[in-house]
Amino acid sequence: MSSTQIRLTTRTRRPWTPSQIVLTALGAVVSAVFVAPVAAALFTSFKSEAEAAEIPPHWLPQDWTGQAWQALFETGNITDWFVNSLVVSVCVTTVVLLVSALAGYGFARTEFRGKSVLMGVVMSGLMISPAVLGVPLFTTVQQMGMVDTYWGMILPQCAPAAMVYILYKFFQGIPRELEEAAFIDGAGRWRVFFTIILPLSRPSLAAVGIFTFIASWNNFLWPYMVTNNPDLMTMPNGIATVMNSYGIQWAQLMAGGLMAGLPLIIVFVFFQRQIVAGVAHTGLAGQ
Amino acid sequence: MTTSAQTVIAPARARTATATATVRRKEGFQHGGWFVAPFVALFALFVIWPLLRGIWLSFTDANISGEGASFIGLDNYREALDDPMMWDSLGHSAYFTLLVVPCITVLAFLLAMLAHHIERGKWIWRLCFFAPFLLPSTVAANMWQWLFTQGIGLFNETLGIDTPWLTDKSYAMLAVVIETLWWTVGFSFLLYLAALQGIPAHLYEAAKLDGANAWHRMVHITLPMLRTITGLVVALQVLASLQLFDQAVVMMDFGPGPELSTRSFVQYTLEQGFTSYRVGYASAVSIIFFVIIAVVALARMWLLRTREEATR
Repeated sequence: MSSTQIRLTTRTRRPWTPSQIVLTALGAVVSAVFVAPVAAALFTSFKSEAEAAEIPPHWLPQDWTGQAWQALFETGNITDWFVNSLVVSVCVTTVVLLVSALAGYGFARTEFRGKSVLMGVVMSGLMISPAVLGVPLFTTVQQMGMVDTYWGMILPQCAPAAMVYILYKFFQGIPRELEEAAFIDGAGRWRVFFTIILPLSRPSLAAVGIFTFIASWNNFLWPYMVTNNPDLMTMPNGIATVMNSYGIQWAQLMAGGLMAGLPLIIVFVFFQRQIVAGVAHTGLAGQ
Repeated sequence: MTTSAQTVIAPARARTATATATVRRKEGFQHGGWFVAPFVALFALFVIWPLLRGIWLSFTDANISGEGASFIGLDNYREALDDPMMWDSLGHSAYFTLLVVPCITVLAFLLAMLAHHIERGKWIWRLCFFAPFLLPSTVAANMWQWLFTQGIGLFNETLGIDTPWLTDKSYAMLAVVIETLWWTVGFSFLLYLAALQGIPAHLYEAAKLDGANAWHRMVHITLPMLRTITGLVVALQVLASLQLFDQAVVMMDFGPGPELSTRSFVQYTLEQGFTSYRVGYASAVSIIFFVIIAVVALARMWLLRTREEATR
């Protein structure tokens, strides 16, 4: 009795073999190389502007100061950008989840005229992005009068063929019998979709949601093209264009960059398992 | 009397019940148009319409205001194909792709092997290798711009060298490549890690029993089992690298780099459209780019299909 309890409490650990020692040391060195740029940015954000541009440079600040962070909040519109980023990313994620789940289910499980043609057209959308068709997409959005608006930033990010494809593949794997049984009991299609299909696909929806949020939070090219008004910019865009425009102040720039980048990294630390599964899932779906 | 009535009615009821059941079952899967309608509406407005519009504009001399455009046939395409600037920028994007894709694939594989084989602290390796991918492109680029700046940058300082990374045309693209490796390798790393964890352990146990050493196990089990994922990683990286834009412009202060050496195809297109206001010409260049991307994507699909048929 007591021996089983002991086995439960002390997790069996393998001994430190020589190969494990070497591998762990190697892992530590490589990790240090990967973390170094972010650490350097963090330290620099606590330097004074003069020290940040000093020759030769050094890693740690000689005088720790919060000047850069203070200036960031006092002078710029970084809080506006943060809110804009949040609004855009949340809206994009919500709309993408809703429309791509509906479309994925429609393509996987229902019949209608011209379905296969439409599916082919949607798949061709995998090759189109704002990087490829930026200029015509901009003139289209301009014609709709949506330049320098939230709608102009949000809506063009809401038609990702890749996400429809991922959910389409997933819905195809759900056994048909589940829905058939519900239909026989008199449930309508919409009810079946919302009460049977959606709860079953929570992991896939989480994957799509996580991936969409990361992509949208970090998106630079499209918001850069469609906004000129500094009050409407998102974090990546505002930091890159406004903060770079009047002579770079490195300490402030690093502080702003960390403010844009750290939220996702902190969320990652807490939801590591889900995010890793989500990214791997969306990536692997391309196979 | 009652019993006979029941024997008549009950089967009839049962028959109508099965009939309604079949109808309901069939109808359940009909008329799915409403499910796809919201997506198709957005897709038509923001993907298909811009594509068609781009094709139309590419045959005109439209400017940014969109007024007074007239049809000029294939002139834009003729001009683009004769424009050395277009070929140069296409060359830069291709050069970047050729450097990034092999490096990122090998590096991602090695990092995944490392993280997979260390028994302790798995989450911390995953965090360190993947975290840069979570930074916005512009933030990662600004960090490296600062690290690479001659004099005040820590990159040269740490290595004890004095390379003009951002101001010399033979180094500028390499600087962008190094930044890209650091920033995006985490994504491919995760794909490899997931694939490694999916290889059944009994394969390795059987090989061990047969006396295969670690090297043989890697060459004869790990690498063949990772072939599909490698194809995927390479394909995704090629498509992403050809669309190079964010890192290069931010690291070069929104310019084309020393002696135009980091001007990518996307940057060239956007300059034509938004700086020179030549929307018609920019559309023609975009369509050429779309064709290139489509050819790459279709080539991959074709390769996959032939391989599938070969294994069958």
